Amino acid sequence: MLAAGIEAEPGEATLYALNRQSQELWPGFAAELEAVSGMGVGYRDEGTLVVALTRDDVAQLRFHYDYQRSLGVALEWLSGAEARRREPHLHPSLAAAVLSPHDHQVDNRRLVTALRRAFLAAGGRLHEHAPVSAIEIVGGRAAAIRLGDASKPADIIVLAAGAWSTEIAGLPRAAQPPVRPVKGQVLALRMDAAAPLLNHVVWTPKVYLVPRRDGRLIVGGTVEERGFDPSLTAGGIFALLEGAWRAVPGIEELAVDEMWVGFRPGSRDDAPVLGPSPVEGLVLATGHHRNGILLTPVTAQALSRFILQGEIDDAIRPFAIERFAATAKEEA
Amino acid sequence: MTQNATAANGLAIADRRFSSRLLLGTAGYPNQQVMLDSLTAAEPALVTVSIRRISLEAYAESVVDLLGGRYPLLPNTAGCATVRDAVLTAQLAREALRTRWVKLELIGDRETLYPDVEQLLRATEELVKDGFTVLPYCNDDPVTCRKLADLGAAAVMPLGSPIGTGLGIINPYAIERICVTSPVPVILDAGIGTASDAVQAMELGCDGVLLNTAVAKAHDPRRMAAAMRLAVQAGRAARLAGRIPKRSQAEPSSPQLGLVGG
Repeated sequence: MLAAGIEAEPGEATLYALNRQSQELWPGFAAELEAVSGMGVGYRDEGTLVVALTRDDVAQLRFHYDYQRSLGVALEWLSGAEARRREPHLHPSLAAAVLSPHDHQVDNRRLVTALRRAFLAAGGRLHEHAPVSAIEIVGGRAAAIRLGDASKPADIIVLAAGAWSTEIAGLPRAAQPPVRPVKGQVLALRMDAAAPLLNHVVWTPKVYLVPRRDGRLIVGGTVEERGFDPSLTAGGIFALLEGAWRAVPGIEELAVDEMWVGFRPGSRDDAPVLGPSPVEGLVLATGHHRNGILLTPVTAQALSRFILQGEIDDAIRPFAIERFAATAKEEA
Repeated sequence: MTQNATAANGLAIADRRFSSRLLLGTAGYPNQQVMLDSLTAAEPALVTVSIRRISLEAYAESVVDLLGGRYPLLPNTAGCATVRDAVLTAQLAREALRTRWVKLELIGDRETLYPDVEQLLRATEELVKDGFTVLPYCNDDPVTCRKLADLGAAAVMPLGSPIGTGLGIINPYAIERICVTSPVPVILDAGIGTASDAVQAMELGCDGVLLNTAVAKAHDPRRMAAAMRLAVQAGRAARLAGRIPKRSQAEPSSPQLGLVGG
């Protein structure tokens, strides 16, 4: 999901600005990547519908709508009937909906495959299935990464290990990004790709539904503070199915394609940690939480500018690791 | 006021004294930084954490890791529906967080989230015997509150209105009766929607207020947290000051006799 608008939450106006900037980069980024990799990434621009099923939902939707409009998000309030004209499989008693036309989506799996192809085509060397155990610091400078028994020297090291960013040894406390795993259970249903149940991304009061071009319908996601607990749970899957079914009853006809658990890299303020670290030669790109895909273009752009030209983009200035120093725990 | 002002303003539960009368929950904030900032603004006596909804391992940046050293934690048994669940959850919290205090929550109905009184009474009895300091979340019912206190609850926490509704105090009469009759502190729990609800709870005679959603889901949680701190203080002060009786006839605030030119 590339949902800068409808995911904007109170206290996160700075993050919204970054998300919005990256969202604007996406169409060009997708086109360039598709040209270089020779494959589609499933970019879809139908927009996102946030739906309300009950009177309580409508009050909640209005509350978020007012807040997001105050940030300048372009949103359109729809009656239940208007929303069902756009998506006829939404529940017949739908109360209201909000359309966010700029909140698009891209297929994350195709994206990663395309990025891999583009990286290799550009001469990059990829060490897959090779966990980095440590970053080696020599003379105060990040000098190498440790892959198993091997040490791989590097001029610049970008720490982009997602939820596992604090698991990598060798860094001083001040250079460790405050990132934790935020568990999410997700499942995929299979629609008829020629006659899909949905075309917009749909946010219900409990879950989101993302229709892919290949007919997969992604239903997500739980948000759990459980560390790296990898288990799918009955309650988690039930909540996803029930939440989806209440808004789109037709899902009961669909086959279940897959269920899995992922770990979002959550920083303390849910915003990414971007740019130089206190260790020379070590650059940070982690803590993107639920916005890793949305923030891919702006992260890539700002980091390459810093690495190649030594300039810090204004866009990422508020997201330096130093912002956590002021509120760090006393014993740190 | 003839009483010592500090003593009058402190909250006493079991063997502990707190300078604040506000208890704040930690769920549902936009992010952890907003939660931490809201706690700073609220200056709560105790901070509740849901044992079944968080990992008890203090890994880097976990809820326990962020809060543990800074605030006295009050684990709760949210999500429990049976005595056995609640007792096990309380014991787990005791081991992991090294506290014998527990906010006992036993839900009897998923639609209203009303407590299951029968299970609540039994779990209170069992946990008190096991050495816990038990703060049960309960109905706004003076009889239930009395029974809980008799079983050894350190405080009672009647609901203002159902959890998460923000409807305020829907039965002020019952809350006031509980405050008048309870031998242990009364903490209003659940239903607070905005600052005036917290003021009302304190004016009715509550010893403290526990809230979460009203702050966590506000457009500006930090500001609402500060508002709640002030509201609890204001309500407490008004209670101690003594409200005037309500009259049906208007009464000028300045004397009417002896007016110049009158």
